[in-house]
Amino acid sequence: MANAIYQREIINQSGSKMLTLCKNQLEKAKVAFREHDSDLAEEVINTENRVNALDLKIEEDCEKFLALYNPVAIDLRFIMAVRKINFDLERIADHAYSISKYVVDLDEPIEHELFEKLQFEKMYTTISAMFDHITKAYEEKDVKAARKVFKKDKVLDQINKESFAIIEEAIRKDNKVIRQSLILFSVVKKLERVGDLIKNIAEEVIFYIDAEVLKHKRKK
Amino acid sequence: MEVSMENPIKENMVLDSVIDPSLKKIPKIEAKGIKVWYDGFNAIKGIDMTIKPNTVTAFIGPSGCGKSTFLRLFNRMNDYVDGFSMEGKIKINGSNIYKKNVNVEELRKEVGMVFQKPNPFPKSIFDNVAYGLRIQGINDKKFIQERVVSSLQQVGLWEEVKDDLKKSGLALSGGQQQRLCIARTLAVEPSIILMDEPTSALDPISTAKIEELIFQLKEKYTIIIVTHNMQQAGRISDYTAFFYLGDLIEYNKTKNIFTNPEKQQTENYITGRFG
Repeated sequence: MANAIYQREIINQSGSKMLTLCKNQLEKAKVAFREHDSDLAEEVINTENRVNALDLKIEEDCEKFLALYNPVAIDLRFIMAVRKINFDLERIADHAYSISKYVVDLDEPIEHELFEKLQFEKMYTTISAMFDHITKAYEEKDVKAARKVFKKDKVLDQINKESFAIIEEAIRKDNKVIRQSLILFSVVKKLERVGDLIKNIAEEVIFYIDAEVLKHKRKK
Repeated sequence: MEVSMENPIKENMVLDSVIDPSLKKIPKIEAKGIKVWYDGFNAIKGIDMTIKPNTVTAFIGPSGCGKSTFLRLFNRMNDYVDGFSMEGKIKINGSNIYKKNVNVEELRKEVGMVFQKPNPFPKSIFDNVAYGLRIQGINDKKFIQERVVSSLQQVGLWEEVKDDLKKSGLALSGGQQQRLCIARTLAVEPSIILMDEPTSALDPISTAKIEELIFQLKEKYTIIIVTHNMQQAGRISDYTAFFYLGDLIEYNKTKNIFTNPEKQQTENYITGRFG
């Protein structure tokens, strides 16, 4: 069984790597998008291969662990949680990839005033803090850290809610910004979705540690 | 003498809980304050347990934890062990089975047992299954024939052996021998079946057949199984009891034990981190 514990630790470490990798992808995508840095955007696009490779490795290791070691109790919850966390992280990295693709496709930078009105930086700071919380929760089995994510997600929801009117107003004022406004609107939606995915990850970490199922219980 | 198809010996004992569903709520087995010693060695240190009828209960725990000793209390198999003594009460169907006037042979008709290693008698397949009926004094050939067939059908062996009933039970494969032993147990119509690692000597296909059989038998019988195979306990039992060093550490629904056990010791054992 010592081998099982070793295999589990390998999966655990891969999970940590995936967290760090996806957080970096999102962070770089932000800088690339805000600064219209196509080189950095290319870097994110190219790194997507690494994310996909790690995603496959974790999936294979989990499958092997389930087949060979028949985990139960906390080991079973761990492996179930890691699979879902991995899936959610891969989706987050996909969003980072899509945001970076906009940078490559967009000819001119987005006006900074629009970023400010949409609280783009606040969205990113919030996501970054949420990432820190789930990383701590995952690595230190800290349920309290995981629960902090839920409150922060509401900040993203609020910004997303307000974004429609702001974009609408910007387009009304100057129809030259239609394209960049729509792209920015799309990015805000993606970031809001990233918040939901991080929330899912927090729920999985809580399930793994405390065996408490939060899924579909926090909709109100 | 005419003998009806009803069991002539056990007319009031036949599967009470099947006939009257309300009896399903009454505990099949109640053990209170059980302590067991083998000479000076305290094998069981004070266990209470209630087992519901028509359930499968798995006993798990490391070797020497007392699970087999506890199992064998239910049909008084430990009585023959040198130095055995016990404290506490065990009630089956509400009656204390350790009372002085209890007929142990009658008890063992009610509480059948299947062992780790298949142990058919060196007799024909038919005679193996008929054995328990004959030693009860039943001579009605038609009745015995019917009971042998139904027992072999229940364990899924009938189609495999119906043309070879005179063949020695020992000529069967290990898995078939174990099913034959279960058929032998079923023939006397017990209401409780104790199984002490019944598949540990069998290949995966035979094991799957026995597990399927246990699942089906639960409708009519109360089954208690000792197993070292955690996955087997998870697959076939409704309740699981984890024993350690003569104590009952945790007893709960199997789903709870294998997904979210309450005690750290249980988690350590079932996840292989023990010791």
